[in-house]
Amino acid sequence: MTETLSPSTTTASTASSAESTLAPTSTPWTPPQNDAVPATAWPDAATPAITAPDLSTSVPAAVADDPWASATTAPPATDTADWLGSAPPPGGTDLGSTHDSFALHQLWDGSLPVESWINQGLDWVVQHFRPFFQTVRGPIDSTLSGVEGLLLSVPTLAMVGLLGLLAWQFAGRAMALGAVVSLLVIAMLGIWPEAMVTLSLVLTSLVFCLAIGLPLGILLARSDRAQRSMRPVLDAMQTTPAFVYLVPVVMLFGIGNVPGVVVTIIFALPPLVRLTSLGIRQVRPDLIEAAQAYGASPWQLLTKVQLPLAMPSIMAGINQALMLSLSMVVIASMIAVGGLGQMVLRGIGRLDMGMATVGGLGIVLLAITLDRITQALGQPRRGARHWWQTGPAGLVWRLTQRRPAPAAPAPMDSAEAALAAHIH
Amino acid sequence: MAQPITIEHVFKVFGDTPEIAMDLAYQGCSKPDILARTGHSVAVFDAHMTIEAGEIFVIMGLSGSGKSTLVRLINRLIEPTAGRILIDGRDINAASDRALRALRRKDISMVFQSFALMPHMTVLDNTAFGLELAGVGKAERQRQAALALEQVGLAGWGDSYPDELSGGMQQRVGLARALASDPSILLMDEAFSALDPIIRTEMQSELLRLQKVKRRTIVFISHDLDEAMRIGDRIAIMRDGHVVQVGTPDEILRHPADDYVRSFVRGVDAAAVFKAGDIARQPITVVAEHADRGARAALKLLQDQDRDHAYVVSPTHSYLGVVSADSLRTALQGHVGALGLAHAYLPGVQPIIEDEPVSELIGRVAQASHAIPVVAPGGHFRGAISKNTLLRFLDRDTPPIEPAATAEAANATTL
Repeated sequence: MTETLSPSTTTASTASSAESTLAPTSTPWTPPQNDAVPATAWPDAATPAITAPDLSTSVPAAVADDPWASATTAPPATDTADWLGSAPPPGGTDLGSTHDSFALHQLWDGSLPVESWINQGLDWVVQHFRPFFQTVRGPIDSTLSGVEGLLLSVPTLAMVGLLGLLAWQFAGRAMALGAVVSLLVIAMLGIWPEAMVTLSLVLTSLVFCLAIGLPLGILLARSDRAQRSMRPVLDAMQTTPAFVYLVPVVMLFGIGNVPGVVVTIIFALPPLVRLTSLGIRQVRPDLIEAAQAYGASPWQLLTKVQLPLAMPSIMAGINQALMLSLSMVVIASMIAVGGLGQMVLRGIGRLDMGMATVGGLGIVLLAITLDRITQALGQPRRGARHWWQTGPAGLVWRLTQRRPAPAAPAPMDSAEAALAAHIH
Repeated sequence: MAQPITIEHVFKVFGDTPEIAMDLAYQGCSKPDILARTGHSVAVFDAHMTIEAGEIFVIMGLSGSGKSTLVRLINRLIEPTAGRILIDGRDINAASDRALRALRRKDISMVFQSFALMPHMTVLDNTAFGLELAGVGKAERQRQAALALEQVGLAGWGDSYPDELSGGMQQRVGLARALASDPSILLMDEAFSALDPIIRTEMQSELLRLQKVKRRTIVFISHDLDEAMRIGDRIAIMRDGHVVQVGTPDEILRHPADDYVRSFVRGVDAAAVFKAGDIARQPITVVAEHADRGARAALKLLQDQDRDHAYVVSPTHSYLGVVSADSLRTALQGHVGALGLAHAYLPGVQPIIEDEPVSELIGRVAQASHAIPVVAPGGHFRGAISKNTLLRFLDRDTPPIEPAATAEAANATTL
């Protein structure tokens, strides 16, 4: 018993220390409006250091003029961390010296102060462009709160029914049953509000992924040069550990759900871009030629030939973006993003494996449901002429079609009746 | 309605700096030279020809001879490096993008070897594709598309998807798509090459039938000489980007421009191309001036010439019948005085109509004991085909046959 517990205690301690170390590095730049989120979300947080209001009120004056100075020269917080403490301290102090003494030999002997340059550059960006990033926050924030409000305002059972109907419409009856069962399980686990917060997070990042990813994918499909120059960027977005850009994102956007969405977008965007580009590039060249031979303009070529034919690939990209954003939920919860991910993180932090497992189960169930629905959307449909002729919409459609049909004999009857009346 | 296409000294060079290759080409370098010196491939080398309005013009050559490039230059799917292409007198390379699109939507349609049907659209929507691009309203374009499908014998298939159809039917859809906008020019890029032989022949007949309904200028790319001979009004033969010869099927078979064309033509089924009238020779003809005499003179002529048969024609050269030395002798036996040739006609001789392809006469000529007379549809005598003539024609290795020889016509004797 003790043997099985000991590894989990160590992970728990490191995780909680990670939380405690992250909190001081992130909270000083928290704009006041964001404090409400962690404060309400973590009322019973086990780690006292995480309670944001304490810290933000402790350094309000410093934040005002130079928040970064306090961050980079705040060694006491990092000292408490065992595994982060071994990392070189943020280079605010040794920056000047290394920068001044730059010589050619540094290119070879490995003493190039790249890290301090990055810190310096980040400082500069934060100093000069923070207003810009705060503006970017706006649309994400409004979309997110809109979606979240919508999802949370609908009663649980109504929402389950609605998602079940959607699954039936696009993925068939069996899939609908599965979706309803898994959503009911989520509801019965008592994590419905958290699941909806996570869902709104995922959907919001999906919206922005689509808004950025589709045009970008189309551009990359059109131009080889764009493809060449963007590929390393996409590689970096996909492979850079999330923790690396978690901190800069927090510096620029603050903490809360919005930077969580930003981080999720960074992680989930590349597959959508790649698969969109791939799908368009894989459209048979003779079809492109045929469309051109019949006088298609570039826009017509795109909308009538390339996009419809690339649709299975694009849908696979959307599916991947959804799955990746769901997997990002836990990591994003480290910067005070709410929802199921936070349950998992909190469960780990408190060594409450039950809570962590329930949160994890919720993520898995949500993921499977979304995956099946989006995968079914990617299947080309045949036989049925239009999507509205199948599933629940088809049912409604047939009902509305049938209504005029019985209405037709009615006048006949009345005419007969009139005739009969006339005869008599 | 149909529009002529003029191709004026057109070059197409594939490569990064076509100007250098063009300079060399103008200096008289050959295609392999240019490839060796610049690495540029000259796909079309100084093509110069006129495609008449309403004709089926077949461009043929082996793979890589530049024929597919040439046809794409006509609707500017490929831009020419030099030269001009005029459609009905208008230079299409000077056309703006908008004008070019309008031309492609309305006047020039194309049929592809791979069919190139949109897999996500129904047959009807595929057929209406060009009209849809042109912005024609849904009801109208579907009506026109249904008409086009009917023209190619696919009425009722509109709701199917292309992959539910056989290859031949798919190409019919391709043809219907091309016909839907009622274009004046039809470009067919190896349109029937991917079909099996029976379906291919069927589609060729279909094309000829459609051409009878309404004449269009059809540029047909093919590597199959039999196909070219069958449907082409004129044929251009391409080799390595050069247009080697342009002419009617007959001209190309009879007078190949060079050894390449000759070897190309060798494999062709000439019997399917040539008509009875093309190979008929002038035999001894006897003109029947009077209905009641001439038999003795005819017998004397045959005996003098040491021939067995003579062909009797009227003074207006209409075919009347065949007489042989034996039949004349039998008729004259015991007869005193003049006798009309009509009494000596061989029974059961059915003349051949001159339009019949040679391939269909082989059996009849082989069975008959004499050369079979060939007549024009109006009854005009054209000559006769003997076993000897036919065998010489079918023997591919002898030099090409002479055009219907007139030398023997000198033997015709008027009695």
